[in-house]
Amino acid sequence: MSQNNEKTYGILINYEYCTGCHSCEIACKKELNLPEGQFGIKLTEIGPWQINEDKWEWTYMPVMTNLCDMCSDRVAEGKLPSCVQHCQAWCMYYGEVDELAKKIDGKSRMALLVTKQRDGN
Amino acid sequence: MADYKEFLNNINREAYHEGEWQWQEGEYTVTRTYHYSPPGCHNSCGVLLYTKDGKLEKVEGDPLDPHSNGKLCIRCLNMPEAVNHPDRLKYPLKRVGKRGENKWERISWDEAYDTIEKKVKEIKKEYGSESIVGIHGTGRNINYQLPYFYQAGLETPNVAVMFFTGFACYLPRVVGSFAAMGEFVIVDASQAHEDRYMNEDWKPPACIIVWGNDPVKSNGDGFLGHWLVQCMQMGSKLIVIDPRLTWLAARADYWLQVRPGTDAAMALGMLNVIIGEDLYDHDFVDKWCFGLDALSQRVAEYPAEKVAEICDVPAEKIRGAARLFAKSKPSAVQWGLAFEQQISCMPLTSATISLFAITGNVDVPGGMLMVRAAFDTQRMYNYGEEFLPEGKMAKKLNSDAKGIAESSIVPHASSDVILHAIETGEPYPIKMAWIQSSNSLACPAMDAPRAYEALKKIDFIVYADPYMTPTAVAAADIVLPVAMSCERNSARSWWTPLRSMTKVTQYYEAKSDEEIIVDMGRRLNPKAFPFKNDVEFIEAYIKNDGNYPGTFEELRNKGGHEYWEWDTIYRKYEKGMLREDGNQGFATPTGRIELTPNAYGFWGLDPLPYHIEPPESPVSTPEMFKEYPLIMTTGGRSWEFFHSEHRQLKTMRELHPDPLMMLNPETAAKYDIKEGDWVWIESPKGRFKQKATFFPGLKPYVIHTEHAWWFPEKEAAEPSLFGVFDSNPNNLTPAGVVGKGGIGSPIKSMLVKIYKVEEGVNDQVMPTMQVTRMGGFKNVTK
Repeated sequence: MSQNNEKTYGILINYEYCTGCHSCEIACKKELNLPEGQFGIKLTEIGPWQINEDKWEWTYMPVMTNLCDMCSDRVAEGKLPSCVQHCQAWCMYYGEVDELAKKIDGKSRMALLVTKQRDGN
Repeated sequence: MADYKEFLNNINREAYHEGEWQWQEGEYTVTRTYHYSPPGCHNSCGVLLYTKDGKLEKVEGDPLDPHSNGKLCIRCLNMPEAVNHPDRLKYPLKRVGKRGENKWERISWDEAYDTIEKKVKEIKKEYGSESIVGIHGTGRNINYQLPYFYQAGLETPNVAVMFFTGFACYLPRVVGSFAAMGEFVIVDASQAHEDRYMNEDWKPPACIIVWGNDPVKSNGDGFLGHWLVQCMQMGSKLIVIDPRLTWLAARADYWLQVRPGTDAAMALGMLNVIIGEDLYDHDFVDKWCFGLDALSQRVAEYPAEKVAEICDVPAEKIRGAARLFAKSKPSAVQWGLAFEQQISCMPLTSATISLFAITGNVDVPGGMLMVRAAFDTQRMYNYGEEFLPEGKMAKKLNSDAKGIAESSIVPHASSDVILHAIETGEPYPIKMAWIQSSNSLACPAMDAPRAYEALKKIDFIVYADPYMTPTAVAAADIVLPVAMSCERNSARSWWTPLRSMTKVTQYYEAKSDEEIIVDMGRRLNPKAFPFKNDVEFIEAYIKNDGNYPGTFEELRNKGGHEYWEWDTIYRKYEKGMLREDGNQGFATPTGRIELTPNAYGFWGLDPLPYHIEPPESPVSTPEMFKEYPLIMTTGGRSWEFFHSEHRQLKTMRELHPDPLMMLNPETAAKYDIKEGDWVWIESPKGRFKQKATFFPGLKPYVIHTEHAWWFPEKEAAEPSLFGVFDSNPNNLTPAGVVGKGGIGSPIKSMLVKIYKVEEGVNDQVMPTMQVTRMGGFKNVTK
């Protein structure tokens, strides 16, 4: 994926299971010491609405903002990014994107999120 | 699925200091321990406390802790804000103005203790120790501590979660389980095994009924709700029984949207299908159950069509859910608070036990695990009762009526009988209350305005809490500052593992629950308090009352937890582990699981389950329903708050600024209510206001309101009183209305009407003004 030999890291979200518990948001806020109204990762909510007699749409999905640095200091120490460590729903994975992509098997709803880690062009 | 083995393999154990309980990381000292209130929760998750210069700076989850695997909810993540908040009580205080004026003077601990000791001794001499009431809140880190102090120190048999009618939380499920099975059970999400989801004996439940709770938010009763999400990722299917759509319900195979208060009928309907279609486990029933014939006859009266009508759920869904539950192996039931907050509580409990018993799901891997508190640290609310002076037990204020409350199985006195004694002086007067770990007026008090009047009648009230609350301002004479979890040495065992809390900081002069108890207990009854300090008190509990073989220090040094083998063993009834005589079977009179519990008969209850209409409902009070055409359910949890706690914290209020009333958009349109409008919710008993939020996951005739709101940002002194009655659904709830046997309270199914708050038209008198200055809601003043 990357154009040189540098590896690209990302966060895979198995958002079928995101409960919207806000732990990623607050763990990040505390890690980055962010003021009111600012987030390094923020939940989006879709629904709830009724699809048919037996089915409901109610989906949460966290989105990383420009403030996210993938917890580079923590990762350098061997720790997990704070949002991934604290995710109550076990729906976040951190790693090298090629490895994470292997988990995407079409059996669950997943998104692989990557922040800008180096200069583009 | 989240691969647990991969998770464990990938943790950098060096980075998280495996094997150490305390270390240095740059400028921080890091301590590996557990959190367990205050602030409160029913769980204790593994935490890494980051401290600097004696101050808590950061809290992280501990990925090496098997209980919660490093995951934390926002209440722990945001703990430094709670611990370091400027509103916290720093010193003991005595009241210098009138009650309600919020005028206090700082005093020393010695002066506080001297004053209390003198008062207690006077009251004991003049009126007897039974004239003192010991009050605590919901189960958390006071479960064994306060009952011990109240019974052994204050020597009163009158210990209660006051103003909380019908023991309407958890206890009835425990009592009902012991009646039917001789043990308590929980969903087996592998939590008894230290190796958790990798354990070779364990498997995930194939089907889980989540009934009357939203466990990912509430984490009730020592069960971490997100364990279910892990089970879902391993294949567990869900059936959710709830009047309100939850995240789990949106992912369930069956969501049975029952009319509030009709759950017992649903249980009977499902049993009707399972027995009628011969879907039960004959082998298990033949060997281990008692009473199937009688149960079959009773459930025959509840065919799916009839239940569909009672519950307002299509019959086909009832059948489908019953079949899925019975045919899945193993199956489990995550039951919740709604069980007790309806008057069908006891029949609902026994019928639900029958559901998982006759389908062969008791004490099997991934089923309903039989649990005891680790290392037999079993005693909670009855801890210390052996120190009650002779004759005092007989003075316990319980109902005279035959029922569960008057038998010794419920360790608490009856809140309603104590309320009557406060109000009338009969059978004897109440002269003093010690309230610790309960913001009664904001949270548990049903008929909160009546509780307010009652508290004012008590001559002397000691109140201990980390914060100044509306309850303290309204009624306290002495206020004691309580230490928070990171400021306290403690231990807990609500199920397993046994866990310890390590003190790492000190906040001004705050003392822990244990320290206050030991200090005061040594003065009042030294023979029951031979402890030199908090740690000796804790060790007496885990080592002497329980059978933990190590010391508190050893437990701490191990990282603060130890698992217990008994809880990890399945099918204990086959192994002679449940009965005192060591024989196979269950610890019940018949030695079997009693589908028609003999104990129910002893308590004067019908041993067979039945449906009973809520006291207020479209069916039982159709005339009232014309004027009050909505059913209000209440008490659903939020991520941000534990009951009345956390309202001071700006991060929590950023996410959840106001009390929210959920209603269907169709209902909102009918009453011309827009999203975000403040709305009055009113019944003949009174009114309160919350902010409207649209939610299509409610039937148009049901609304949901939040509980336990008060507003620390508002003026403390009356008539403001932190606005404690302004948004309080307990202005409408009744005291003294209970189910059979004195158990259960109908507070999740009450009839109300709603109308918009209109400035200058109907908002001239706020409920708190009405209660504190106008004698309550005899007439709602608009």
